Amino acid sequence: MAVDQNLKIELGKQGIFVTTIEELYNWGRRSSVWPMQFGLACCAIEMIATTMARYDLARFGAEVFRPSPRQADLMIVSGTVTKKMAPQVVRLYNQMAEPRYVIAMGACAISGGPFKQGYNVLKGIDRYIPVDVHIPGCPPRPEALIQAFMTLQKKIDGQPLTGEGRPRHLDAEAQGEFPVPEQGEHDLEPTSNKGVWPVPITIR
Amino acid sequence: MTVVENKAERAEGWNRPQVIEPDGEGELLEVAMGPHHPSTHGVFRMDVALDGERVVRLKPVFGYLHRNHEKIAEGASYLASMPYTDRLDYFCSLTNNWAYALAVEKLVGQVVPERAEYIRVILAELTRVQNHASSIGFLIQEMGASGTPLMYAFKEREKILDLFESLTGSRMMCNYMRFGGCRVDVSASWLDATRKVVAGLPAFVDEFEALLSSNEILMARCQGVGILRPELAINAGVSGPMLRGSGVNYDVRKVDHYGIYDRFKFRIPLGDHGDIYDRYMVRILEMRESIKIIEQALRDLPAGPIMDTRAKLRGFRPKPGEAYGRIEAPKGELGFYLISDGGLNPYRYRVRPPSLINLTILEDMCLGHNVADVVLIFGSVDIVLGEVDR
Amino acid sequence: MKTVEEIKAAIEAAVPGAGVEFVSNPSASAQHSLRIAPQSAVAVAKFLRDDADLAFDFLSNVTGVDWPDKEIAEKVKVMRWVTKTVDGPDGQKVDQPVEETVEETRKRIESGCLEVVYHLYSVGKKHGPLVLRMRTVNRTDQVDLPSLTPVWRSAELQEREVFDLYGVVFGGHPDLRRLLMWDGFKDHPMRRDYVEPDDFEYEPTPHDEVLKRAQERENREQRTEGPRDRGLAAG
Ligand code: SF4
Repeated sequence: MAVDQNLKIELGKQGIFVTTIEELYNWGRRSSVWPMQFGLACCAIEMIATTMARYDLARFGAEVFRPSPRQADLMIVSGTVTKKMAPQVVRLYNQMAEPRYVIAMGACAISGGPFKQGYNVLKGIDRYIPVDVHIPGCPPRPEALIQAFMTLQKKIDGQPLTGEGRPRHLDAEAQGEFPVPEQGEHDLEPTSNKGVWPVPITIR
Repeated sequence: MTVVENKAERAEGWNRPQVIEPDGEGELLEVAMGPHHPSTHGVFRMDVALDGERVVRLKPVFGYLHRNHEKIAEGASYLASMPYTDRLDYFCSLTNNWAYALAVEKLVGQVVPERAEYIRVILAELTRVQNHASSIGFLIQEMGASGTPLMYAFKEREKILDLFESLTGSRMMCNYMRFGGCRVDVSASWLDATRKVVAGLPAFVDEFEALLSSNEILMARCQGVGILRPELAINAGVSGPMLRGSGVNYDVRKVDHYGIYDRFKFRIPLGDHGDIYDRYMVRILEMRESIKIIEQALRDLPAGPIMDTRAKLRGFRPKPGEAYGRIEAPKGELGFYLISDGGLNPYRYRVRPPSLINLTILEDMCLGHNVADVVLIFGSVDIVLGEVDR
Repeated sequence: MKTVEEIKAAIEAAVPGAGVEFVSNPSASAQHSLRIAPQSAVAVAKFLRDDADLAFDFLSNVTGVDWPDKEIAEKVKVMRWVTKTVDGPDGQKVDQPVEETVEETRKRIESGCLEVVYHLYSVGKKHGPLVLRMRTVNRTDQVDLPSLTPVWRSAELQEREVFDLYGVVFGGHPDLRRLLMWDGFKDHPMRRDYVEPDDFEYEPTPHDEVLKRAQERENREQRTEGPRDRGLAAG
């Protein structure tokens, strides 16, 4: 049941706080997103810079970088994912507890970026795991990462607890494990997870 | 210099890691540290065999960030590789630019105008200061001081990055140098801002040292740990602060006289014991020397063009031949080896990565120490994965 | 530092039968190099390191270079017998073979090789670089070279890298495994004839090479599975 915004303000003036479980729950979730301490390449340095004094990610409740995937809510894929590293990234993602989110930081994590022609470079981490926020840039500035955070917080805020669009941990049917690619003789096998990443249609 | 070698000592296998026998009690424990490990500076893996706490074997595993830089560069024109060099050692894009520009300039016999040389020196030394500050910050972070020294380092780094950004347009990936000069000229206001930042640097180093140098924990954990003998350091191709921490007086700035380094007065700090503490101290002292160089360069900066007018930018085709150019990057000797077949693209493009080669003797330094020291020894090498794996 | 020619003479004096060859470098850098024969490479390396004057104690850089097989087209003059009608002795026309020179283009395959280049410096004497190179016999089955790791430790990781990316097998290397690619990987990706895996399934703005590849992939897929299922798979 939604509370009328004006009524809420009026009640607030009287010292009465009215909210819904959903709002309270999501407020708690979005204000303590703990990222995983996990750097891949150059973008990781900007990620570190974001947590430092000038940009101060602590303002968003996200300064607690956890080294263990079990304690983390958010994976920031900060840098180039190579084919040698991709299985490990998927495995780490599988080890994170729900609810979990992914930010693909930088051109490399989105699509392979400047190194797209490379034989050992994965052309975007979204081939294997679902990504919530993409931030372009090479590297994205710390402000861009903060913007990604705020976008993610908005997304969390907007997730209902029941029905369509509820977060995966409240959906018993949702997929929890994502298949880890194998390193084959020439390439990763399979080259993408078709369930997560259907080959987009190119319109020419 | 305490070196060089007594030939009789050079028995077969003197430069191999020693073999440590387990004490026979219990089993060996195999630990894979990395590729996701909070203190491996990215995606590096060490397969360590432990006898209790003691390391008896350590095999580094590379390639988790192998981005095929060399292959891509062989399919691109000479200039198009310049932005890729930024992404090698992503802390020090400007020195990478310089090393590459220097190699190409050697290949074609290109001269660089005075003013550009001074600007290069200023930028390279600023890069060195911020690299050493951050690498010390990471080292202390690995020791367990979560955050504080790193915050100090990054506070200063941000000021230097602001200078880079206002000059080149990017904080980290500067893509600034060209064959025969630099891309844009520095303005008077930029120079003023730089003077201001540089004037604040000595105080920063003092503060950093007051915080760290005589810290009991730092001394207890660093002194006598991870010793690298000078003969082995030379034989293993170790360079940069690692080599000088072992007491070998070898700095490419002094040896090759590239750029205009012989116009400046600066000294080369050397360690005596070759342990982590010496490497830390060498880095601190190098920051002080770099500040001196920047001050001199700012004082003497001449007017003039920043780009040689005869430099060719479009249709750049060097004559067939090859060249190896190297500079003293903050991590060590960074070299580029180019073979030209007269075409638009280099036939062979090779980066000599100091970070990778400095890791050759990681096992030797770690053997016999506790597993907690491995992280510190590794941190003291000061590597960046983008350069290790390329 | 001695000139490269002097070093060559010194090597030949110290290591009999070293088989050193001078390779000149026409570019502005003028870093000439010495090509050494693989069988005497370790002896030459030891001499360069231990000689008091040369003292090349610092091996800075090890590079692999691929020289693929080259097809050389050359014009050759050949003599040929051709039948021509000439005036016979008794006034008749007769066919008679005559010799004639014609130009013919012949294709010759020059067998390629893999080359390894070493850059040496001296820390003690502060000179360098000295460039050494070695060549394998071909690119397919005779790709062995002696490892210089026992002489200079810094070759250890770099030779592993050359083995990984070019496929040069270094005899006497203490730990010759792939360095950068994973262990099960089969190719040597830095070779010029390496074919990259086709994993450009999608490119928002394909052009040139990529467009060609995308087109080929599409044709292939249509041939094998019929029209591609373009609906979104259940996610
Ligand atoms: S997007 Fe750019 S900065 Fe980020 S990892 Fe890739 S190359 Fe490095």
